[in-house]
Amino acid sequence: MARRAVAIIRSLPAWLTAALVLALTLGTLAAVAWRAEVGRGLSAGDWSAIRFTVLQAAASAVVSVVLAIPVARALARRQFRGRGALVMLLGAPFILPVIVAVLGLLAVFGRGGLLNVGLGAVGVAPVSIYGAGGVVLAHVFFNLPLAVRLILQGWLSIPAERFRLAAQLNAPLWRVLELPMLARHMPGALLVVFLICLTSFAVALTLGGGPRATTVELAIWQAIRFDFDLGRAALLACVQFALCAMAALVAWHITPLDGFGSGLDRTVARWDQSRWDWVWLILVTLFLVLPLAMILWRGVPSLPDLGLDIYRAAGRSVLVALAATALTLGAALSLSLRGGLLVGMIGALPLAASALVMGTGLFLMVFPFVNPVTVALPVTVCVNAFMALPFALRLLSPTVADIRADYGRLAANLALGPWATLRLIILPRVRKSLSFAAGLTMALSIGDLGVVALFATPAQETLPLAMYRLMGAYRMDAAAGAAVLLLFLALGAFWVCDSRGQGDADAG
Amino acid sequence: MKTTLLSVGAILCASTAIAQTPTLNVLTYDSFTSEWGPGPAIEAAFEAECACDLVFTGAGDGAALLARLQLEGIRTDADIVLGLDTNLTAAARDTGLFAPHGVTADLNLPVAWDDDTFLPFDWGYLAFVAEKDTPGVTSFRALADSDLKIVIQDPRSSTPGLGLLMWVHAAEGDGAAQIWADLADNIVTVTPGWTEAYNLFLEGEADAVLSYTTSPAYHLIAEDDDSKTSWGFDVGNYLQVEVAAKVTGTDQPELADQFMAFIAQPGFQNVIPETNWMYPATEVSLPDGFDTLTVPSKGLLLSAQDAADVRDALVETWRAALSQ
Repeated sequence: MARRAVAIIRSLPAWLTAALVLALTLGTLAAVAWRAEVGRGLSAGDWSAIRFTVLQAAASAVVSVVLAIPVARALARRQFRGRGALVMLLGAPFILPVIVAVLGLLAVFGRGGLLNVGLGAVGVAPVSIYGAGGVVLAHVFFNLPLAVRLILQGWLSIPAERFRLAAQLNAPLWRVLELPMLARHMPGALLVVFLICLTSFAVALTLGGGPRATTVELAIWQAIRFDFDLGRAALLACVQFALCAMAALVAWHITPLDGFGSGLDRTVARWDQSRWDWVWLILVTLFLVLPLAMILWRGVPSLPDLGLDIYRAAGRSVLVALAATALTLGAALSLSLRGGLLVGMIGALPLAASALVMGTGLFLMVFPFVNPVTVALPVTVCVNAFMALPFALRLLSPTVADIRADYGRLAANLALGPWATLRLIILPRVRKSLSFAAGLTMALSIGDLGVVALFATPAQETLPLAMYRLMGAYRMDAAAGAAVLLLFLALGAFWVCDSRGQGDADAG
Repeated sequence: MKTTLLSVGAILCASTAIAQTPTLNVLTYDSFTSEWGPGPAIEAAFEAECACDLVFTGAGDGAALLARLQLEGIRTDADIVLGLDTNLTAAARDTGLFAPHGVTADLNLPVAWDDDTFLPFDWGYLAFVAEKDTPGVTSFRALADSDLKIVIQDPRSSTPGLGLLMWVHAAEGDGAAQIWADLADNIVTVTPGWTEAYNLFLEGEADAVLSYTTSPAYHLIAEDDDSKTSWGFDVGNYLQVEVAAKVTGTDQPELADQFMAFIAQPGFQNVIPETNWMYPATEVSLPDGFDTLTVPSKGLLLSAQDAADVRDALVETWRAALSQ
């Protein structure tokens, strides 16, 4: 009896969650497909958006991964103080709000930025950040660190013994060890970055600049916000889904998506260090730190002048993030308790989904019944929760599986009810993963500028949207102030959540 | 006890009185509501005579207003939409979301006006605005062949952006597609709205920006800076007539009517030249400095129906030409 109750409590929430996930992906896709005016076909402008989406994603992937190789190699064969901090810094862009990074990049690479001031001083014509170059630059900013971490894992996976053997035989390391390792790890890294850049919206919105640099996600937004052409938006949403699904299928076959692996501190004493290592490490540190430093430098002085509307927007962002986090954790926990391949696949679905497609689908569903503006924030909560689900699931499900393997029979012997099992056995032991997942979801949701841009008016504005509006009005100091606030909230929320996870039951 | 009850009653009455102050929601474009735009002065002037709360809400640039209203549909809170122009009125009328304004006003426009739904509140000539020492051009062909860098607005979201498509179409006819193809390398970027474009120009990102012949008046009058000018084209410059209309489903019909009538009165019209930097739609005296502005040889304007007929095709041509 108790066992049956346990089975139900394990399964029911999981299937409910699965149904919700399916409704949000396939349901919204169905709504979109039903509405899509396929007969009208794609215009020349649409085709060029598709072409640009694929090309910029490919370029971003290649540049990120190629630059990541020397950086990862330098990290793999150098030991120095602050190496741990640098590896941690490489993880930071993941939870950095996109719009904050864009503003920082503008301060470094924009018309009045550091780079052009430098170029001007030596008499070189200024470069423009708007357009394809800027889009790729921003994507590299976000994905170079990810690629470095992925490839660094590859390097660290080469056992130290192989290096010693190679040294004894005086064999060329690059050819016998490193090249084969890269051949194994590069396709995965390329695909992950490609997939991330395929659904780029906020970067294209802020740096795209016209029809020449429009992604499909941006074209969906334009079709709704500019033309109110739902048929075209729906058609483009189908195209976006197909692109993502294809890339995700390939990625699924090639690599497990694993960005936060451990063991990064195990290094081999290497004899083949090059002075270039330092150049690469310094360059990548500058590339990551300078934009953020510029934001702080420009934004901190204007913090006291931020208007009430900015603080209201910040409040809305925090509330949205709290709600999204509660949803994500509930969903991830229930899926982890159920376990199994199917559940895992459902949990991975959001990786291939696009926020704008979901937003469009939900919009089409609610439009006949309510003013979409009134549900802008609830829809944002749902989509944000959903987009963070794969990461939360990845953190939680291995831990939950271990706990069940370790304590499952004990719990059964004691005839613990399902709630008691959850409360006494599981929850105390997943606190660490749960807190980390909560921190990630909070940070991602606070910084999100995606589906909220579809419907929101100033009355529902979140902080990233308010910041985008300030940038549009060229109130750059106010925008930098809002950026500092946003940065503080996103990183602060992550830190608060994550630090609550210390003192796990098992970790002691 | 009695006094408590009384005071509670008094408070309740007072709050009902506050709650009964009716609110008129006006959906408009961003620069209209900004602190230096016409919004604040017009709000003060109208609230002085309406015993109401006038709320301006910005929703991007003018052309995005229509999409926004369609997005919200019949359930919208907006009572008035202010900031569409003649290139959009036919499409706006087809939505069925707008009601006749019922205003008879003595309009002072460069074109005849007899629209019963859309009421003009100002007008201007589109023009490229540049520094005086930038060598100007007088045709699209010359602009496309030059090395001048320009910033323009997206015709799908911005009314001047859409006006530019109509302008090129009116000036070049079938040659428009070629003009756009040749202009592509002159265009630094395409912004969603006028504000972004104008600021990019002021920040030095471009030699010229698509704006109005009246824009230099802002620098002259507000900033005492006479370094800006605008270019009159030989073929003429395209006109923009900005209009307002009452939303059918308004819950404040009397107040909406009162505001529509107010649009054509001096309290509104006098504010326009020095806040929206456009020509007022009725006969009011213009501030000093307006006499120094470029006056184009001719004002071009497609009829609302002609503009609606060519709009989709022109946008598609534009997108195709600029996305190459």
